[in-house]
Amino acid sequence: MIFSFELLLEAVVFGILLGCFYAAVSIGLSVSFGLLDVPHVAHPAIMVFGAYCTYLLGQYGFDPILAGIVLMPPFFLLGMGVYRFYYETFEKRGSDAGVRGIAFFFGLTLIIEVGLILVFGVDQRSAEAPYIGKALSLGEMRIPWRFIVSFGVALVLMTALTLYLSKTFTGRAIKAVAQDEGALRLMGADPVWIKQWAFGIATAVSALAGAMLIIVGPVEPSLDRVYIGRTFAVVVLAGLGSMTGTLAAGLILGISESIVLMHFGASWAPAVAFGLLLVVLGIRPQGLFGR
Amino acid sequence: MKFQKLLMAAVGAFALSSAALAQQPIKVGMSMPQTGSLGAGGKAALVALQMWVEDVNAKGGLLNRKVELIAYDDQTNPALTPAIYTKLLDIDKVDLLIAPYGTVPTAPIMPLVKQRDLLLMGNFSFQVNRTVKHDKWFNNSPWNDASSWSDGFILNAQKLGSKTIAFLAADQEFAQNLANGARELAKKAGLKTVYDQNYPPTTVDFSTMIRAIRSAKPDIVFVMSYPNDSVAIVRAVNEIGVGESVKMFGGGMVGLQFTPIMSTLGSMLNGIVNYNSYVPGMKYPGIEDFLSRYAKKAVEAKVDPLGFYLPPFNYAIGQMLEQAINATKSLDHKVLAAYLHKNEMKTIVGPIRYGPDGEWANPRVVQAQFRGIVDKDIEQFRQPGKQVVLSPDAYKTGDVMAPFEKVRK
Repeated sequence: MIFSFELLLEAVVFGILLGCFYAAVSIGLSVSFGLLDVPHVAHPAIMVFGAYCTYLLGQYGFDPILAGIVLMPPFFLLGMGVYRFYYETFEKRGSDAGVRGIAFFFGLTLIIEVGLILVFGVDQRSAEAPYIGKALSLGEMRIPWRFIVSFGVALVLMTALTLYLSKTFTGRAIKAVAQDEGALRLMGADPVWIKQWAFGIATAVSALAGAMLIIVGPVEPSLDRVYIGRTFAVVVLAGLGSMTGTLAAGLILGISESIVLMHFGASWAPAVAFGLLLVVLGIRPQGLFGR
Repeated sequence: MKFQKLLMAAVGAFALSSAALAQQPIKVGMSMPQTGSLGAGGKAALVALQMWVEDVNAKGGLLNRKVELIAYDDQTNPALTPAIYTKLLDIDKVDLLIAPYGTVPTAPIMPLVKQRDLLLMGNFSFQVNRTVKHDKWFNNSPWNDASSWSDGFILNAQKLGSKTIAFLAADQEFAQNLANGARELAKKAGLKTVYDQNYPPTTVDFSTMIRAIRSAKPDIVFVMSYPNDSVAIVRAVNEIGVGESVKMFGGGMVGLQFTPIMSTLGSMLNGIVNYNSYVPGMKYPGIEDFLSRYAKKAVEAKVDPLGFYLPPFNYAIGQMLEQAINATKSLDHKVLAAYLHKNEMKTIVGPIRYGPDGEWANPRVVQAQFRGIVDKDIEQFRQPGKQVVLSPDAYKTGDVMAPFEKVRK
């Protein structure tokens, strides 16, 4: 084991950057699963799809972040379409109970994964940008720019979504549908439409998260499997539906992984991170920021 | 009269069924990773095997029967392979078996083939037969034990006067087997281990580990990684740097042999010393013709366009089966295994003679150093000299250049 305060400081800095990235890739799920209670296991696959779309736009000279932003409106529509289909075929008939709703999204995951293989093949794809492959030097410390960029985008995304959910009428309606769908109906709002809108937002956010995915590293069609555990862990640790909690949970997982990895051994990193999740849930079953 | 008619009908039916049997193809079955972390290599390998099937069928097949390849995607998931091979044997009724590409998907089927006493042609796996000791196992990979893989790297490290070593290895069967072999070799060579890290396969970023390696100041860094990890590690090295102490970096990084990955990493590869199976400039009879035909098929199949690493060795599996079946006129696994043990095989990856454990008697693992690589140019990798062969001596094209950070510039 190598230990020095300099290395510890670096581990914390890397952990913060990694944690913000984890939060960014989980925020869409925080809306769809945390707020809407939809078992959206296809969330990482949609992100990977977003990453491939970013790659495609990159072939026409788009910067990955710009590509992610451009992709948000079509992904918003895609999300609305997916939710409407899910609602009509499962929720409306009451077929979403238990694991049946999950089956729908597992199916969607498979379709996306196989579709990507058929179109792009199984090889890795990566994006190019001036901030990929370079690092910021601060004395002995070198911080990859790709993580700094994803850190910045994650913070902007979190802030924007938090403000949207708390300050706008539709945002507050989304929070309301999460709390009491019946009460929302009594207020004259259509909960199905609100959920459809919210699912669209979650999917649009996934497009930008996909752009961050391909900035941080190359992508391949089955990459969603790496993120499925982490994203659900972040959302559950946060307390379902809490945006601030998602950021805090991402940071906790990122920093703990990074410190353990640097000082104790990489094999322990996921065990410690998920062990932490169990401890927190043992003390606060509703998660860090859950009510 | 009625009896005669019946007799004639029976004879006719028998003749027809015999003819039909002769028309039935020889089924060769396998699972192949076509998705997941080994998918890119697996799909390219499958193209080569299909080429062999087409070639052998164009010559009239084997034992006057066409050859048919049945391949299922195992998704690089070792949990799936035993069921796939059971299906191949019990439902598809295949005549011959080829193992999936890679150690991890192959290891779980070893007990099955041993129990049923079947011939299994190995496919670039590492030491899966070490404990099983199956006498009908024949691997196509140019290595045998752990030392055959790492000794070229360690030998060159010694030439540079290295005293310390760092290890970074994936926490999976293949990488751990290889790492243990390299650790033993390093110990014998008197190299002191200053950093030794196993990482889980789901690791997203390696910056922290590369930073820790830089802090440990090793003379050489031996890495055993899978394709996705290899890319992330090389990127992290490019950003963070491994420090001026490091003379050599690489060793057992899977993926740096695949064209799409080499093309993606481009100049970031410079200086890395890594294992390979074949690099341009090595002369084997028939390999250049194979590679030019493969290049056309690869474009259609959207797989590795150069295909130096796996495809020729997969084609060689077919060649070995062909040679053994034609010589023995048999599909009996016992007969074929006896032939493969006794005779030298002529393939496009050179002559192969097997040891008692079913691995190559004379391993030919190449350790080569990337030099003069530029970004965004796939064609450069066809040129000899872009990967300078450091070992084995018979194919050596240059000496190792060090220190690592200096060679990269």
